[in-house]
Amino acid sequence: MSKGSVTSPRKAKESPKTGISPASKTPGKSSSKSTGDTGTGAGVTRELARKGYRTMLEARLLEEKLAALYRSGKIVGGVFLGRGQEALSVALGLHLRRGDIYAPLIRDQAGRLAFGDTILDTLRTYLGSILGSMRGRDGNIHRGRPSEGYHAMISHLGAMVSTVCGGLVARRFRGESGVVGATCIGEGGTSTGSFHEGLNMAAVEKLPLVVVVANNQFSYSTPNDRQFACPDLTARAAGYGIVGRRAVGNDLIDCLRVIGEAVAAARSGEGPQLVVADLLRLVGHGEHDDASYIPESLKKSELGRDCLLLARESLIEKGWMTEEEAVAWRDAVALEVEETASKVLREPAPDPVDEDWNAFASLGREGEQ
Amino acid sequence: MSSITYLEAIRLAQRKALADDPRVFLYGQDIGTFGGAFKATKSLAKEFPGRVLDSPISEDAMVGLAIGAAVEGMRPIVEMQFADFSTCGFNQIVNQAATLHYRTGTACPIVVRLPSGGTPGSGPFHSQSMEAIYAHYPGLVVMTPATVDDAYSMLLEAVALDDPVIFCEHKFLYYHLKAEQLPDQALPFGKARIARPGRDVTVVTHGAMLHESLAAAEELSSDGYDIEVVDLRTVRPLDTDTILASVARTGRLLAVGEAWPWGGVTAEVVARVASEGFGLLDAPPQRLNAKETPVPYHPALWGTHRPTAGTIASSLRHLLEL
Ligand SMILES: Cc1ncc(C[n+]2csc(CCOP(=O)(O)OP(=O)(O)O)c2C)c(N)n1
Ligand SMILES: [Mg+2]
Repeated sequence: MSKGSVTSPRKAKESPKTGISPASKTPGKSSSKSTGDTGTGAGVTRELARKGYRTMLEARLLEEKLAALYRSGKIVGGVFLGRGQEALSVALGLHLRRGDIYAPLIRDQAGRLAFGDTILDTLRTYLGSILGSMRGRDGNIHRGRPSEGYHAMISHLGAMVSTVCGGLVARRFRGESGVVGATCIGEGGTSTGSFHEGLNMAAVEKLPLVVVVANNQFSYSTPNDRQFACPDLTARAAGYGIVGRRAVGNDLIDCLRVIGEAVAAARSGEGPQLVVADLLRLVGHGEHDDASYIPESLKKSELGRDCLLLARESLIEKGWMTEEEAVAWRDAVALEVEETASKVLREPAPDPVDEDWNAFASLGREGEQ
Repeated sequence: MSSITYLEAIRLAQRKALADDPRVFLYGQDIGTFGGAFKATKSLAKEFPGRVLDSPISEDAMVGLAIGAAVEGMRPIVEMQFADFSTCGFNQIVNQAATLHYRTGTACPIVVRLPSGGTPGSGPFHSQSMEAIYAHYPGLVVMTPATVDDAYSMLLEAVALDDPVIFCEHKFLYYHLKAEQLPDQALPFGKARIARPGRDVTVVTHGAMLHESLAAAEELSSDGYDIEVVDLRTVRPLDTDTILASVARTGRLLAVGEAWPWGGVTAEVVARVASEGFGLLDAPPQRLNAKETPVPYHPALWGTHRPTAGTIASSLRHLLEL
């Protein structure tokens, strides 16, 4: 690993605008390693944190089911999981509102559920049910309902940044204010031209865009020292003339706080926000990958600590959740996932005979009117 | 009255689109106050404040922005400064715009204007004809207007369409082609036009090659040949019916294209006629395209690189003897 590949959590460039003094306790051990004034969770309510934990749990158990369905051959194609990244992902999804625009990426099951996607539609899309939003025409993480502000990512990394910009420009044309557009990307995706073009464009147009970079230290197998040479990706924000912030990626409370501030700043007209968080994915790139290239030492470091366990500890410690509740939630979510999966497994697959085989919205197959 | 150029027709179509439809906005490099590299948006920024936006030099993000805006119900028109630079926005066009409706059921009504084709001295990177590349992708409509009337009415049609349209306007025609007035009626969408009726050979072509082909047909008429010239107007959809009906009359086909032959529009035309109209042919179908090098800079080379009235006429003579 390069010296720059694991940066210790640092204070965000902007000090919290809320002015609330850090009264609450440092929530997780990872953030206690920080310089001292991040990770306080100032402004994060009990309600939000509980919702965050509950949704992380849903994402985790749902993804475990997806992995099992993949291993048993029920899911074809790729299965890409967000294990270890749920805290960061959920924080963005929770801070968005209905009417905002959201383009999640591959490790955002938690954010998707927080934004309003469902366990049902996730399973339908992975299992190729004709009743799912993608109707078997696309699968897995490539799902969404663009007309509802929930974009369906294309695989090409970086592409969704400018697409969200476009949605925000449209809202501006319609005279809507207070709307936020957000997307997520891995640190590897920041090397694309699209990422750069999109952020620069957002900055020029001063759009209320939030881009969250999950720096999980690897893009597939490539470590960060082969991906970029700058020691800290938040530094890039200055190059675009936008605000850069840093969150502790496996600390739910810190993610909620930092992303909350970023979303609020964007919403109130302060322009694009770049949030970078260090963490580790606790699975392979996809379920086909054993991630043997991730060194044990890194897995055992602070970065390798599981955000779901940390969130559980933290919420219980704060008295925001009881052990019993955590267990009850787990059982309830597990049951919902199992029941939904068995229902979806019985749903019809798309039939090539019924498929219209037409790529046009307003024209016939051959493009005829 | 002053006559209207092909370029002015494009400007006036955008003006009408902006005036008629509040969902329309224009996005491209230097198109605001400056009015565009070719002045296709001259004075529109002033006339429609806030709706003609200068973009950074970011073709990928320009198209991405248009897609995102279209999803929200807008009707963006993106101007590429030259068709050649659309390769930098290729990913968004073919992977996001073209797939969006099929994947998600959400329409993607964007128009991407591509100032296309060769002019003397433009060289390898300001001369390309990209229509075959985009036509390859299901979900994209590819328009190639060859007349002032079509430049105007097809651009309006493109804006009205719920599908993404690649609008290949030909730079060679920008100032050369003139009409006395704007059309008050459009030809039917997706239908080719018999630009010159004849009975001996069918020439199928589009864009600037229409005018070279018409000149060649004129040349052959002095030898007593009647050449029919079909202007495709849109290359996707490709109006196979009109092509086949013409070949049924003439028994001979010459497909002419300004672009390279490999996998191009002429290849598609020949393939369709060969497979669907083999019995109509009295001779092997022929085609004439650009030479297979990058588009050269010097006018002497460029004039030979692309088909011209002269080379089309010789191809026709050859075909008439087969
Ligand atoms: C433009 C592009 N090139 C290559 C790929 C193939 N690919 C998919 S995911 C991935 C790694 C991405 O790494 P990162 O952005 O760090 O996200 P992570 O997987 O770590 O969450 C690659 C190379 C792609 N999807 N898009
Ligand atoms: Mg990564």
